[in-house]
Amino acid sequence: MQVLVLAAVLGAMVWLVGNVQSNLERQNINSGFGFLSERAGFGINQTLIAYTEDDSFGRVVVVGLLNTLLVSGLGIFFATLLGFSLGVARLSRNWLISKIAMVYIEIFRNVPLLLQIMFWYFGVLRNLPSPRQALSVGDAMFMSNRGIVLPWLEAGAGAMWYGVALLGLAAGFFWLRRRTLKAKLTTGHSTRFWRPLLVLALALFGAAALMAGVPFALDVPQLKGFNFRGGLTVIPEFVALLLALSLYTAAFIAEIVRAGINSVNKGQREAAAALGLPERVALRLVVLPQALRVIIPPLTSQYLNLTKNSSLAVAIAYPDIVSVLAGTTLSQVGQALEIIFVTMMIYLSLSLLTSWAMNRYNQRMAFVGNNT
Amino acid sequence: MQIFRTLCVGFLGLAAANLLAMPSVQAAGKTLEIVQKRGHLKCGVSQGLPGFSTPDNRGKWTGIDVDFCKAIAAAIFNDPSKVKFTPLSAKERFTAIQSGEVDIIARNTTWSMHRDTALGVDFPVINYYDGQGFMVRADLGVTSARELDGATLCTNQGTTTELNAADYFRSNGMQYEIVAFEKADESVAAYNSGRCDAYTTDHSALYAQKLKLSQPKAHIVLPEIISKEPLGPLVRQGDSSWNDLVRWTHYATVAAEEFGVTSKNLAKMKLSSNPSIRRLMGLDGSFGANLGLSKQWAVNIIRSVGNYGEIFERNVGVQTPLGIERGVNALWTKGGLHYAPPIR
Repeated sequence: MQVLVLAAVLGAMVWLVGNVQSNLERQNINSGFGFLSERAGFGINQTLIAYTEDDSFGRVVVVGLLNTLLVSGLGIFFATLLGFSLGVARLSRNWLISKIAMVYIEIFRNVPLLLQIMFWYFGVLRNLPSPRQALSVGDAMFMSNRGIVLPWLEAGAGAMWYGVALLGLAAGFFWLRRRTLKAKLTTGHSTRFWRPLLVLALALFGAAALMAGVPFALDVPQLKGFNFRGGLTVIPEFVALLLALSLYTAAFIAEIVRAGINSVNKGQREAAAALGLPERVALRLVVLPQALRVIIPPLTSQYLNLTKNSSLAVAIAYPDIVSVLAGTTLSQVGQALEIIFVTMMIYLSLSLLTSWAMNRYNQRMAFVGNNT
Repeated sequence: MQIFRTLCVGFLGLAAANLLAMPSVQAAGKTLEIVQKRGHLKCGVSQGLPGFSTPDNRGKWTGIDVDFCKAIAAAIFNDPSKVKFTPLSAKERFTAIQSGEVDIIARNTTWSMHRDTALGVDFPVINYYDGQGFMVRADLGVTSARELDGATLCTNQGTTTELNAADYFRSNGMQYEIVAFEKADESVAAYNSGRCDAYTTDHSALYAQKLKLSQPKAHIVLPEIISKEPLGPLVRQGDSSWNDLVRWTHYATVAAEEFGVTSKNLAKMKLSSNPSIRRLMGLDGSFGANLGLSKQWAVNIIRSVGNYGEIFERNVGVQTPLGIERGVNALWTKGGLHYAPPIR
């Protein structure tokens, strides 16, 4: 029976694709993914990898995807940080702190996200000065209606050795951590962790400096003509989108955290208090680990929501995947079916990847929780 | 239960496939019949561009492109009000016409080779000759587009504008940063709040959008025109008789201007002995019938929306807030580009 169902579904799909193809052909509409290798010809104002108008639409997809990943990754980070603090603050015995957290949560989760994005973008942008009257910090950092311009390290030849050193340091970090954990579990004693890590860092970067010298130059932005040249520019579209996404999602995460903490049996807190653990330590070591088991599944949904909500970028011209692919590319190429399909697949993969990672984390938390 | 579920899936698949098969039926060359049967024309317009297609303070659509669709409705139904307008964003328009959601798109759309040959659409005629330009703040002290090196540009997404700007700045060895918004209103708002040094789009639209700024007089349109933007209506490919009808609707208004026929002097012109005018008015020949319309088709058009000159002056001309000169949009007899093939 199940085989029959599968066959019917597959058959319907094959028929659908074939039907679409023949219809497109009959209507003289181009089809296929050949456009991905054609010259894009338009500019993008935030690119994490090198990109010019001469690059292909395929590269546009990567540029847009990286922009989406950047804003959702940082959004998830800030939303989690703020959300956990707010959730704990909401349960504080201090009346003022708890009420401030409540007011924040009620305001930010009850105003539509698109309005919040528009508010941060148009409301704040309008009040910022032009580049010629930019607010500056020590004549190196500037803030104007063109964004925030920061001094930036310009990497020259040989910077690669520093990258290798950084990778080595990361490997050393994980190896040392495993060693300390193992030692603690087998012997019960804690071994040194930070001191060997520091020695390793000094050795690695010292070696890199010997190999390549100092291949970095400080690139300080300067006002030239219409705008600042040099340095790192954080465009206002990015700032507005990141702010709105983080502040909005933090309100939901705060409620999830509050529910999670409340779900931990009161007896656990009392037992911790009876052992003489201060309240902060009890929260960190006793309550939160148990609360996390309740928190993680709905938290995953919030992460997925944040990533998908980042597509509202299109309203304020942040060049995310929807804006550059399902926006500009779609209208230059005109192949709606293929482009929307690619866009949907990208979001689907992002979401599946996020939930896979979070599920693994959840399993680990649940396992530890059950054993102790 | 299992069998029931299987059947459901099968039917859903069938239904979806048939939905997709629908437009091809329409593309077979029967648009006029379908429109006549339906009783009104479905016309895709912009989301609000003064002078071309925008709702007035009573919610009625006005503009050159709106008049174009009204003219077609007048030719078919002798009633210019039998049009349903669908506002479309720049990136939605081609999908809307491909899928059969609208019968015609009159949405200040540039006729380009790629669009004509790769998207399954046809451009029957050009109803406005335009070109891309720049608007800047007057106090910026810029008088030419050549001085825009390093400037930030606001523009609308999904237009030829993004490509033209890239070409212009690169070929002149200038740097730029582009900020592309999905809707024109938002790009204008961002330009107005100082996000960009310049706003770039078609010249006609610059004049139109200028009216929406908080201080229109503090902004100037730079003289350079960096591209050719022949704007016109578009229809689905594969229905040449519908294509003909759209093309000759425009030419009827151009021919009327050339012969001095206006919406005011129709009664007098019916007495004219000029054979060209007599053919236009449907007094001689069977030109209407060949389009599948009545003998009076051109008279109906001119009575409802006027000749091309009247349409231009009413919507974007020097007497309107937009204040655009005829320029290249004058008749060929007056040094412009509008030229109708003979009706004979």
